Amino acid sequence: MKINNARSAIAGYAFAVAALFTTSALADGVVNIYTYRQPDLIKPVLDAFTADTGIKTEVLFLDKGLEERIQAEGQNSPADVIMTVDIARLTSAKEKGVTQPLVDEEINKLLPAEYRDPEGNWFGVTKRARVVYASKDRVKDTAITYADLADPKWKGKICIRSGQHDYNLALFSAAIAHWGPEKTEEWMKGLKANLAKKPDGGDRPQAGAIAAGECDIAIGNTYYVGLMRNNEKDPKEKEWGNAINVLFPTFENGLTHVNISGAALAKNAPNRDNAVKLIRFLASHEAQQVYAEKNYEYPVEPGLEPSETVKAFGTLKADTLPLVDIAKGRKAASEMVDRVGLDDGPSS
Amino acid sequence: MPTTGGAGGVSDTAFAANARALPVKRLRHPLIGALALAVGIVVILPVISLVFVALSGTGEDWPHLIANVLPGAMRTTLALLAMVAALTSVAGVACAWAVVAYDFPCRRILSWALVLPLAVPPYLAAYAFGEFFHYQGPVQSLVRTIFGFQTIRDYWFPDIRSTWGTAFVLASVLYPYVYLTTRIVFLMQGRNIADVARTLGARPRRVFWRVLLPVARPAIVAGVALVLMETINDIGAAEYFGVRTLTVAVYTTWLNRGSLEGGAQIALLMLVLVVLLLVAEQWARRRQRFHAGRGTHLKVHPPRVALKGWTRFAMPVAVALPILSGFGVPITIFGQYASRRLEQFASPDVGRAFGNSLMTASLTATLTVAIALFLLNAQRLSKTRAMAATVRLASVGYALPGGILGLGLLFVLARFDNSVDAFARAYLGFSTGLLLTGSAAAVILACTIRFVALAEGAVRSGMEKLPASLDEAARSLGKTPAQSATSVLLPLLKPAIMTAAVLVFVDTVKELSATILLRPFGFSTLATHVYENASRGVPEEGAVAAIVIIITAMVPVVLLSGALVRDAEASL
Repeated sequence: MKINNARSAIAGYAFAVAALFTTSALADGVVNIYTYRQPDLIKPVLDAFTADTGIKTEVLFLDKGLEERIQAEGQNSPADVIMTVDIARLTSAKEKGVTQPLVDEEINKLLPAEYRDPEGNWFGVTKRARVVYASKDRVKDTAITYADLADPKWKGKICIRSGQHDYNLALFSAAIAHWGPEKTEEWMKGLKANLAKKPDGGDRPQAGAIAAGECDIAIGNTYYVGLMRNNEKDPKEKEWGNAINVLFPTFENGLTHVNISGAALAKNAPNRDNAVKLIRFLASHEAQQVYAEKNYEYPVEPGLEPSETVKAFGTLKADTLPLVDIAKGRKAASEMVDRVGLDDGPSS
Repeated sequence: MPTTGGAGGVSDTAFAANARALPVKRLRHPLIGALALAVGIVVILPVISLVFVALSGTGEDWPHLIANVLPGAMRTTLALLAMVAALTSVAGVACAWAVVAYDFPCRRILSWALVLPLAVPPYLAAYAFGEFFHYQGPVQSLVRTIFGFQTIRDYWFPDIRSTWGTAFVLASVLYPYVYLTTRIVFLMQGRNIADVARTLGARPRRVFWRVLLPVARPAIVAGVALVLMETINDIGAAEYFGVRTLTVAVYTTWLNRGSLEGGAQIALLMLVLVVLLLVAEQWARRRQRFHAGRGTHLKVHPPRVALKGWTRFAMPVAVALPILSGFGVPITIFGQYASRRLEQFASPDVGRAFGNSLMTASLTATLTVAIALFLLNAQRLSKTRAMAATVRLASVGYALPGGILGLGLLFVLARFDNSVDAFARAYLGFSTGLLLTGSAAAVILACTIRFVALAEGAVRSGMEKLPASLDEAARSLGKTPAQSATSVLLPLLKPAIMTAAVLVFVDTVKELSATILLRPFGFSTLATHVYENASRGVPEEGAVAAIVIIITAMVPVVLLSGALVRDAEASL
């Protein structure tokens, strides 16, 4: 029995090593992508890229530790392109030294300067707004500010996912940049007092909670509403999406918080040329259209309209606060969430 | 009374005392000792690497952690551990005793179905329970229909998204660990000492509480220890229900405040907590030995008491409750989603993921069982404290969150690969690239390291039943240690070995965090496939893979139960 064990272990190891070399990263006509974005979300764009250029894409999805993995792999890392959501992840990749600067005239012409790193270490390719989902039945307000979320008139009526989630940390960090830490902390205490229940789940279940009558308003990202309203498989999701209106909350400057998803050229990209081609493609009109239509995200290309579903929300006026400032405040925002006890819910 | 000295009854105690006097030498084979030590070190390498990460930190996270995070996280974690321990030990022991000691309708089916919840990953169970008890879910809808409530504000309903809810979900899918380890003891040994106690005049209930429960204690503890380690390292259920445990604190410190060092420090604190729990338990039963006096006792099959009257029908219902909770609820929710996506059952993605899961899980099961047998046998033969400590240490990694353990291993593998590569470049003139990092072998290694504890626990509880006199007898008759292990111990350990292999197989099929961090390009398992969908807020899209996970994990579970039952009954 032990001999069999050993034999199958050796065979398995040989098999595994062989598997490694068959997916080896150095073949021509390939670009290797390490991504925090789920494969299904980037697949439409990557398929279009392969159709255009003939370059195949290899995708590795990680949920945490992407930067650490590239760091550990060092100069032998097969990663060519890093794809992720959230500005803080992009700047963290730059700070951890797993990206390299890319100055490319074509890309710089396509992407507005506010959505890319001045040195070319990362590029924003889509944007999304963090908005208010309001019950169609119970909320008559047609406008709301972020500051209003702490107004006692909403006591027991607000739902939100964990304050420690990337999307909320970015919003709170933007608030800190606008209002300063003291005022933001007061505001967060007011928000906590207004919660209907302890934060949990993702953005979609918050819409579900509104549909169920647990709360009247919730904080969520725009594209989820598009995905819910167009979900043909699960009637429940459609019901959730249609139970809410999207309101664009604003800071004092009249603008709404946005975040980006982006891409970066990996430090030791073995297929650098293909990687550059991919990033160029992500910035192109074609890819921007795919992102808008399939994922209900806002294109970063100036003048390109979002999908019909998203247009129906109203007009987004995106905040002009520099994204890097939002990334810088992330740690302070995370500590503030703990200090205020936002995730404990309204009761304590 | 089995609380002191040999538990094998009067004559057995005398036998055991004689056996101890036999002049069989301790094994002092240096090669085996060195090899065991080497295996032990490989298994704890990721932990060592995390210690280095933790030590490289400045400690700047701690004022914030102590003021705002750790007191609450510690309270929540301890409450969760206590609740899960209580629920799983009651459900596990009661069900094991019920199916071993009594006869009632559907007993055979229930006795294997009790293991089914093991097939459900905790994060899927949490999602399913969330839906099941949601305002729009079947339970609350029924409540509203019955009582005529109109809105959510008309009535109070307990919130599953809470610490007790998380405990309930985790207990629902984890109690089979306790059930399995305890049932083996009841099957292998329980009855004959029970008979002794009964001939001495003890009533059945008293026999259970005063004799069988104490005898089964090491097995119950082994099962509960596994449950607690899974509870403490859980991230999926806790995060989904918004319950802030120490593991959640590890991840927020690392990912949200950019301090991997701080995260590693908290993770090691958790390890200390677990080690303290284990040591305290060992200390509490330091004078106890529980094993059968003679090999023949191991094969005695207990006669079952046939239930009469209403208990005959109440018993199967009671025993079915944990199955309905841990298996029925998830399969209902995901089955419903999967039924709208039947075409995915034929999808090549799901097929590939299935193949990878199968390969990873069988290799991991084989490796962990081999390692556990080797280490435990080495410990049994050498009887030195150093060896016992090595074996114990080898299993602490299980208490670490999978992602953190995976990270520790990633650093070790990458360091190794890059050193080999640097050497090859410098002296041989070519690059070896990354050999292990980002390979399927790394995934298997991670799962093996993570789940050695499972195999070790299951094999150990079987081995503790075997008196040292057994292999001492074999060796005094001229067998070598290896011959004694293969011809005497292995056959007797078959149920324990099969249990170990199945536990590891099932857990590897469910394993997510380490796999996702270490895998190569294009390498999906069923668990990563489900997670890719769940993490973008649409677990419905992963429902088919979730069902395949549950079925894949079910097959060996069912085979195991059949084999255990046959084994026990063949010896009648």
